[in-house]
Amino acid sequence: MSERAAKVTPADDEQDDDQITDSAAPDAATDASTESETTTDPVTTGAESVVRALENAGVEYAFGVQGGAIMPVYDALYDSDIYHVTMAHEQGAAHAADAYGIVSGEPGVCLATSGPGATNLVTGIADADMDSDPLLALTGQVPTEFVGNDAFQETDTTGVTTPVTKENTFSSDSDHVGSDVSEAFALAREGRPGPTLVDLPKDITNGETDREPDAPKVPDTYEVQERADEEIVAAAAERIENADRPVLLLGGGVIKGEASEACREFAIEHEIPVITTMPGIGSFPEDHELSLEMAGMHGTGYANMAITHCDTLIGIGTRFDDRLTGGIETFAPEAELIHVDIDPAEISKNIYADYPLVGDAETVVEQLSDAVDESPEAKKWRAQCQQWKSDYSMAYDAPEDEPVQPEFVIEALDEATSDRAIVTTGVGQHQMWACQYWTYTEPRTWVSSHGLGTMGYGLPSAIGARIAADDDQEVVCIDGDGSFLMTLQGLSVAVREELDITVAVLNNEYIGMVRQWQDAFFDGRHSASDYGWMPEFDKLAEAFGACGFRIDDYDDVAETIDEAISYDGPSVIDVHIDPDANVYPMVPSGGDNGQFALTEDQL
Amino acid sequence: MKRGLEGPEPEERPSPTGRRNKQGIRIDPEVEATHEPRRTVISALVTHEPGVLSDVSGLFSRRQFNIESLTVGPTEDEDRARITIVVEEPDPGIDQIEKQLRKLVPVISVRELEPDAMRRELALIKVDAERPDQVAAVADMYDGKTVDSSPETATIEVTGARQKIEAAIDTFSQFGIREISRTGTTALARGTDRTAAPSSTAQPADEANHDDQYTPADDD
Repeated sequence: MSERAAKVTPADDEQDDDQITDSAAPDAATDASTESETTTDPVTTGAESVVRALENAGVEYAFGVQGGAIMPVYDALYDSDIYHVTMAHEQGAAHAADAYGIVSGEPGVCLATSGPGATNLVTGIADADMDSDPLLALTGQVPTEFVGNDAFQETDTTGVTTPVTKENTFSSDSDHVGSDVSEAFALAREGRPGPTLVDLPKDITNGETDREPDAPKVPDTYEVQERADEEIVAAAAERIENADRPVLLLGGGVIKGEASEACREFAIEHEIPVITTMPGIGSFPEDHELSLEMAGMHGTGYANMAITHCDTLIGIGTRFDDRLTGGIETFAPEAELIHVDIDPAEISKNIYADYPLVGDAETVVEQLSDAVDESPEAKKWRAQCQQWKSDYSMAYDAPEDEPVQPEFVIEALDEATSDRAIVTTGVGQHQMWACQYWTYTEPRTWVSSHGLGTMGYGLPSAIGARIAADDDQEVVCIDGDGSFLMTLQGLSVAVREELDITVAVLNNEYIGMVRQWQDAFFDGRHSASDYGWMPEFDKLAEAFGACGFRIDDYDDVAETIDEAISYDGPSVIDVHIDPDANVYPMVPSGGDNGQFALTEDQL
Repeated sequence: MKRGLEGPEPEERPSPTGRRNKQGIRIDPEVEATHEPRRTVISALVTHEPGVLSDVSGLFSRRQFNIESLTVGPTEDEDRARITIVVEEPDPGIDQIEKQLRKLVPVISVRELEPDAMRRELALIKVDAERPDQVAAVADMYDGKTVDSSPETATIEVTGARQKIEAAIDTFSQFGIREISRTGTTALARGTDRTAAPSSTAQPADEANHDDQYTPADDD
């Protein structure tokens, strides 16, 4: 889509994006001849067939790094309208493609060469796997005759990535390689999304073929159940009608399943308080009265109180991760669980589902909607939730004469941007503050590494998000100093591609979350968490060709943020925050959600 | 040392009386329901292609399922292979194994076999042959077949249920066992019951979760 093209100039030329989507048929190559010459010539090599498969699938962008074994594919890309973003590191390519998938809903594509290129992708692939993000990774491989001989830059890529992909394939036939890619693309988004990988030996991509790839289609052995069992739906509906203390728990699957709207309508019609998981942020507007925001380890006190005391928990598209549940024994201990998930394996994996509803989130919520005739009588419960909201409000002190509090910076960034602004983060304290103090109202505006907790995710994901985002959506990367330091080479990409990204580095010269745990659980022994010295990120940004800012005290905050946001290109704000600031509330690992600590003394 | 948030202290908050057990099942505060591991046979029909076995065995290892034995071989259809897995897990674990296996793209169908299914394994037992007639007598007892003999040794093939093989090994040990090689269990459902068929016999996921039937594992 051309309006998604952000600052990427070459893609802006692409006037008719329907042309690509329309050609998602096997005979596309011949049909599209009047539109564009580059996509109409019959394929002659495996590599051309790979690229044709991507074009047929509607792929507009790919993220990657060149290399020996993937060169034939890049050579074929040279003639394609697919815009390739050259990344500074393959890990960044995988994260950027992952974020592209989160924001656009379509699988992001990343490419790498064999061996180190492929292994560098692994972190990003594992990240996408944990968060069920649609991602297609294409890796070069040494020629088939060398496979297994420890050739230069050889790695058993399918072997390495099997545990972290939804499916992977070693392509062994030039005639079939394009279809392998089509199938992998289709699999990445079908049912529960996830990363897929196709390993492409150089002789296969170099090999001659005139076979056009098949249209994207998942294999017959992959079956997805769309509608939940009507009997269980009816039973669950009855349970909801009779609930005294109902809660809707919306997970990342709500956003991936495009069920946010249906969930909103359901919650508002029946006045059921709503909690989100971290990946579910944005599925329900946090400024709505029914919203209790996020539950879990660093969730709000009111969300954790509500989840602990509810009697009917309607979990949708969530896998009940331990960061959400805390100790299983004390998680929603009085609640009967209605669990909606497209993946049957998530049902009763961590928390036993009294009403298992396997199916597509949007479809099942509509089924439930039809089945629930009367709203639960839960006026008292809603009042109780509001009471908890005021008892455990997310307020903080920001005295003028003290170092800048991170919460203040997050709120200022939120204020300076529109409701549709996209936030990406690294992993650590800054990520939790970004969850807690930014008010999210729209799905697909929150991009973070939830399950894997990958430090360094922020900047590369901002690149992918920027490219997938609409022009009028700001992209703000809230990062930590430690996290930013891990992948900041991506600044070179942001500058080269003229991407309008604002990075706010909350700099406390600590691996802050580790420091917080060391204070709480290791007698304050700051083993390897105290960085003591950090580069000046604003100057570093300037060295890369980006715009650098620095915030030291409250006077600078609003003005500097405005300048950075309005700067048309990548900018980095080095925000020197209170080095001792910690994240609260907090449920210690495996603890009781209702016993969350509000201060360090309560841990 | 650093300030936090305001609000009632943990001990001032109401605390619910209910509890869940380790499997996440809501229980009566007085009763602790637990699930004992049980031994069972899971049969999976898969596409016969490179990497399937590693997909399946990798799934078991990374999810830390306790696998007792695993056998694999072609079927009547040359594009399909059957993997027979013996596991010992509590019920929720067995349920997870089936569901996770079903998610693998090359897996066509998965089924836990009934206790009356035919289960067989094979063992080759190499013993000292100082008393060949007695070795032959023991082999007879277990329907064993001598597949190799030398002046010093005899190798006997025994097939059957696990207990039978173990009993045979036990009895053969009086002669002095030199080496043993055993296969894992392979199994088929009885009669017209299909061991694992494309989708038709696979339980719908909703039902699978509600199947509380406990069927004690029986090895023959």
